[in-house]
Parts: sequence; structure tokens; C-alpha cells
Amino acid sequence: MALLEVNNLSVHFDTRDGVVVAVDDVSFSVDAGETLAIVGESGSGKSVTCYSLLDLLPKPPARIHGGTARFDGSDLLNCSAERMRQFRGNDIAMIFQDPMTSLNPNLTVGEQLIEPLIHHPIKTKRQTRASAKLRAVELLGEVGIVDPERRFASYPHEFSGGMRQRVMIAMALINEPRLLICDEPTTALDVTIQAQILGLIKQLQRSRDVAVIFISHDLGVVAGIADKIMVMCNGIAMESGTAEDIFYRTQSDYTRRLLDAIPQGAKKTDCRIQPDARLIQASHISTWFNDYSGHKVRTVKAVDDISLDIQRGEILGLVGESGSGKSTLGRSLLQLVPTQTGTVNFDGTDLASLSSRQLVPWRRRMQMIFQDPYASLNPRMTVYQTLAEPLLFHGIANRSNIDAQVQQLMDDVGLARAFIRKYPHEFSGGQRQRIAIGRAIATKPEFIIADEPVSALDVTIQAQILDLIIDLVERHNLTMLFISHDLSVVRSIADRVMVMYHGTIIEQGATESLWRAPQQDYTKNLLGAIPIADPKSERSRAER
Amino acid sequence: MSTEAGTPSIEKGSSLWRDAWIKLCKNHVALAGLGLLIFLCVVSLLTPWIAPYGYEQQDLLLGATPPSMQHWLGTDVFGRDMLTRIMWGGRVSLTVGFIATAVALAIGVVWGAVAGYIGGRVDMVMMRLVDILYALPFMIFIILLMVVFGRSMLLLFFAIGAVEWLTMARIVRGQVMSLRKQEFVEAAHSLGLPQWTIIRRHIIPNTLGPVIVYTTLTIPSVMLLEAFLSFLGLGIQPPQSSWGLLINYGVETMEEYPWLLIFPGIALSLTLFALNFLGDGLRDALDPRTAKD
Repeated sequence: MALLEVNNLSVHFDTRDGVVVAVDDVSFSVDAGETLAIVGESGSGKSVTCYSLLDLLPKPPARIHGGTARFDGSDLLNCSAERMRQFRGNDIAMIFQDPMTSLNPNLTVGEQLIEPLIHHPIKTKRQTRASAKLRAVELLGEVGIVDPERRFASYPHEFSGGMRQRVMIAMALINEPRLLICDEPTTALDVTIQAQILGLIKQLQRSRDVAVIFISHDLGVVAGIADKIMVMCNGIAMESGTAEDIFYRTQSDYTRRLLDAIPQGAKKTDCRIQPDARLIQASHISTWFNDYSGHKVRTVKAVDDISLDIQRGEILGLVGESGSGKSTLGRSLLQLVPTQTGTVNFDGTDLASLSSRQLVPWRRRMQMIFQDPYASLNPRMTVYQTLAEPLLFHGIANRSNIDAQVQQLMDDVGLARAFIRKYPHEFSGGQRQRIAIGRAIATKPEFIIADEPVSALDVTIQAQILDLIIDLVERHNLTMLFISHDLSVVRSIADRVMVMYHGTIIEQGATESLWRAPQQDYTKNLLGAIPIADPKSERSRAER
Repeated sequence: MSTEAGTPSIEKGSSLWRDAWIKLCKNHVALAGLGLLIFLCVVSLLTPWIAPYGYEQQDLLLGATPPSMQHWLGTDVFGRDMLTRIMWGGRVSLTVGFIATAVALAIGVVWGAVAGYIGGRVDMVMMRLVDILYALPFMIFIILLMVVFGRSMLLLFFAIGAVEWLTMARIVRGQVMSLRKQEFVEAAHSLGLPQWTIIRRHIIPNTLGPVIVYTTLTIPSVMLLEAFLSFLGLGIQPPQSSWGLLINYGVETMEEYPWLLIFPGIALSLTLFALNFLGDGLRDALDPRTAKD
């Protein structure tokens, strides 16, 4: 018998608008030492499935409608609250998506680690402070924290995102669970850190023989780690089987769509660079910030003496890990942050020398698409107001033709006209990003900076938005700086790529030649860390 | 600037305010609150014509009597009709409450929004000024004003407004500082919108929730502040009165003549209830994220 066996699980939510079936008749099992990946888009019910096992859903509105879940033979769905606490403390542990918010900022990491040991639900298993600390330090070392003795007394803010996720893993493992549920543990992390965390989970699983349930929206990420995969959509298990079954003998159309949405390979459309027409020439730009967080004010050189050219018609990819300064570089080009030195020559005019009032006519010609479609739209303005604002402000439309222009814009970005009076919160992430793109192209700009425009979106939505961007670039003859930490996405869209590291450009070149022959070790590492949506090659790579 | 032409009239069709009004109309509790407030204001406006007696009309022989057919809410120790006094008092209390709060609201929101949005040195100077005003002893400030300008209702509004806007400015500043870093504000900036347009269209509407809640708290506290000042002889003078003053006198004679405390108390509490319900309703209505029904 498997360690965890779930049969015909159904979870319903009682809402004002009636019953929502979040999980519908889902069955799966996981055995010790085995990894099950549950893959689906947001809203597919993959998290709800796992949360319901640990009784972590708010009830009401949630309600277990039917089904059974047995962990090592004992019932999970109908046990007492006391018994559930024991399951959670002892047997089943969970790792959450965002390592930034899942640690208490006011307690040292060590304090949080030993908490479950010294306050263990079973009295006989409680440990003394000294022995708990010994155990915690040992575990911190095991998850790859350097100098665990000293780091034991550090606070969460002293760790980077990847390190915090390692701490979270250590915390999950401290009571030696037999089942580990990871809810998108690498989604918030850079690609190189993601590869390390995936490797760590795999390695710990082998050495400890735990079962793992790995929730993700990205089939590419789970290819190397999963033994079995269940694909979910709208609360229904569309397909389940071994990793090979899913990838090589795909049954359902939905899974095929998910696989197709993974960005792979080179750019498919033609390169539209006009070699002699330079649109932007930036030379020696530096953007520094003062960091007041430490004891002394420290100058952070977010952009450090960068020079770059962008040709008309070009899509230039800018890649780098978080903190490398790529977003600041984009904002410096648009003069959204004050630059220390340097010139930004836009079609013959130095923008850095203009006052903010003089910049207004130039702003019309260059626009930005932001990363987070949940934060980049004013929650109190309707789609109509959001899209009308740039049109009216820059005098592109007047009162008599504004309605028609806004509707035209909505058609352009693939939004139904019926949505015109709705507010941002009524839309999904992908639709919101369409609104934000509509606002950016409203002024008919020549140059657009897209700052991680798809990294907050599901893989399928990501593919649609990328298609839209490519389509708009061609139709409106745009030049684009495409900023992303996701190298596969950049490869599929960019003509030329620059790699940024610690505020400087360390390597640049035509996309395909850079992929074939990266010069810098850093670039090689970045490229090597990209997950491949192919279980066999991922595994052989992991063994190497 | 030639591009300025289109900005003033962007609001059109379904705007936040119109949607808010439609939503408010569906919220019966808030509507009841609004209705009650309007009723109180109308009664106050018409008081000189509809009040059963004159507010200074005494009947020393009658003295304090409990509610009766002649005097629905009883009379005070001078034999003055309580209903009349409460109606006249409402004029003062409601005017002070609304005007002083409006003054505080206007100064506080603009001050806080500008300080929070511009930040840096401007913020430093503006907020230090707020701190200085906070530190000034309120009473001395008002007594000074009275000595210099003489006693008047207008000065009372000004004095109370000048104190109450400080907290409002701090609340708004805090909100604005977090809003300023949001991407939609950056997007507005990258469109080239002037700073004042950004503050007006993108920043202030998003601070409304806390502002409304604080406003509904400010109105009653302003009314009580007026009573306190009048009690010290710095505000309204007898035989004029206000709810706060009536309550103050009512407390003194609570044991002998409880109706002198109860009825003005009810009038003030009703206003506060109405304000709170309306405030809650407004806050929900002005937030598109709350459910539409």
C-alpha cells in the first residue's frame, strides 16, 4: 500500500454565487521515496487538493464533498484536530512558494527552526534547547547553508531568497516527515537558484527516503524531478502517469497544450533589425542608489557605466538574476529614475539633459510594460479610464472619437469590448497584462521596454502574451528592450541578448550565437540551469 | 504645455464616483444613515421657523420638568424647552462638525499627499512642520487666537480644523508613500503625466478607504472638542448652546434630571451611528474590489 492514497477527493466552495467545484473526483497515490508532481494553471485546484489533505483550507467556504485520503493507513479527512496537528508536526511537512513571507522577520532563523522540536505536540518527543540547536545546525548544513553555526543566529532578512528557501526546507525536514508537499517552491526564484533548490529536494529525498508532492504550473520545471505526474485543469485530473508517459506518450489535449506552451528553441519570426537606423544610443550611464538599511549609508551601483545601442526594429533581450540591475537599466533609459552620469540619446536627442516637462513629448514615443499586472493598473480606474488617459493626455484622441479609439485599442490587444467598464480586479492575470500592454501602445510609441512582462503568468498565458507582444511589435513596427530572468523566454523572442551581472553588461551578442558559444562562465551557468522539458535529458544531466 | 489640453475632462461615463453612488444606493444601511443625516441637517436649517419655543425663552417658575405634552423632551432648570434647545444646539454642533472636519480633510489630504509623493527634503520640511504643530499645546494655541482675533464661530472652525488636520496628513502620507512605489504610479509617470495629475487621479482615490474611516471618527471628536472649548468659555456662549454643552450640563444634573442628559446624548449618538454606517458604506462603495451586490 502506498504511503498516501487519495481516492475520489472532491472539494467544494460555497460562495455567494453558488457552489464552486474546486477539486472534482481526484485520485492519486505517492509512495516513500517517490515524487508526484501536480501540474496545472492557477485555479486548476492543485493547491486546494494538497491543502485539503492537511485541513489548511478555510472552512467554510471550503467543504470536503467526498472521497478518502489515507496516510499510512490512517484517515486524514475525518480525524480529530489533535490528530491532525500530529500529522502536520510529525509526518507531513509543507514548503510554500514565497520564502520572503513564510519566515517571521522578528525571530532568528535558528529560533524558528527549533520551535517545532521544543514545542513538539507529543510530549515525549520534546527536546531540550541544546539538543534541538545541535539538530538544527546539522540540518542547516545539510541543506547547503555555509557556516551553519553562525547563521543559526541570523535573521531572515540577512538571507537571500534562495537561502531562505533552503531554510524553509530545513524547517520542513526538522521533524523527519515522511511526506513533503512543495507548493511552487521555486517560482519566486532565479533560474540558477531554482536548479539548486530542485537538486537539493531531489538529493534530500534520496538520502531520507521521503515522499514528495511537488506542485507547479510549469511542466518544464518538474521534468527532471518527478516520477509521476498528474495534470489538473478546472479541478479535474486530466491525465496522470509516469513522467515518461506524460512527456512522450501524451494522452490529453490539455497536457499537449501545456507542453506546447513551454518556450523552446530559437525565435521563429524574422529578424527585423534595420542595421543603419540607430534608435537609442546610451553611453556611460550610471545609476546609483543610497542604501540606508545598514549602519552606514552605502552606495549601490545598480547600473555601473553601461553603454549600449539599440537599432530600430530590434528586440533586445536583457537577462540577469534578480538584483543585477536590469530593471534599473530599463528605467534609466526611460528617465524614470535619476541617473548619475551618462547620456541617453533617443533618435538624436539627449534625454538625460531634458527637464521632466521637456520630456513629455518624448514620453509619448517610449513606453513601458511592467512585471506585475496586479500592481501596474490603478485599482480604481476602469479599463476605459486606464486606456483613455494616455490618448487624451497626449492629444491623440479628442472627446468625440475617444470611445472608438479605446475600442480599437482593446481589439488590438485582444480584449472583448464588453469589458470596457470593468475594473482591474475583475480580470485574470493574463487579461490584466493585456490592459497594461494596451496602455503602453496607446500613444503609438516607437520604443517599448517590457520589464518581465510574462514572469507573473502561467505558462499557457505566458505563451499567449508573448504571441501578442510579437504580433504588436510587427504590426506597429516597434523596437523593444525585453527584460527577463527566464532565458528560454528571451531566446524565443529576442534578436540580440545582453547578459547583466552586478550592474554591468558582461556579455552580449546575437541570440543564437550566444546560446551556442557563451564566453563567460556566468553565462554558461545561467544557460546550464535552464530546466529542459524532457525527463530523460534532465535526468542524465542530473547524474553528471 | 500643448499636451495639457486633454487632461481635465478624462472622467466620463462610468467613473469611480458614479459606480460608487450606484453601489451606495444598494446598501440600505448606509442609505438609512445618509437619510438620517439629511433629516438632521434639514431640521437644523429650519429650526428658527419650526422650533416650538425660543431657545432663550425661560420659565423660571416651571423649572426642570420631565417630558410632557407641552414640552416633549422636558425642560431644563431654567424652564427652557429641551427639544428647542437640542434643535438649536444641533445647528452649532453639525456646522462645527462638518465644516471643521472639511477644513481638516482638505488641508490634511493635500498636505499628506504632496509630502508623501514628493518625498525627500520636501517631505522632511512638511512633516517637521506637522510635528511642531503637534507639539504646541492646543489650549494655549486657541487662547492665543481668541486673544488676538476675539471670539467668533469662524475662529472656532479654524482653530479646530487647524488641529485635526495633523493626524489626517500623517495617515495620508503613510498611504501615499506605499502607493508611490506601486507600478501603476510609475506607469502614469512614464506616460508623462504632470505630478499634480498623478496625485489627483492615481494617488488620492486610492487613499480614500482610511481617509473615510478617519473622517467619520473626526466629526464626533470635533463636536466634543467644541463642547470642551465652550465649557471653558472659549466657544459658544449661553444662552446659545450645542449638543456637547447640553451633555456637559446634563452630566452635572444627571441624578436629579436624567432627561437633560439622555436626550442630547441620543441626538449625538444617532448622528454618530448615521455617520459610521454611511462611512462604512462609502468605503465599500469607493472600493471597486468589494462585491457589487
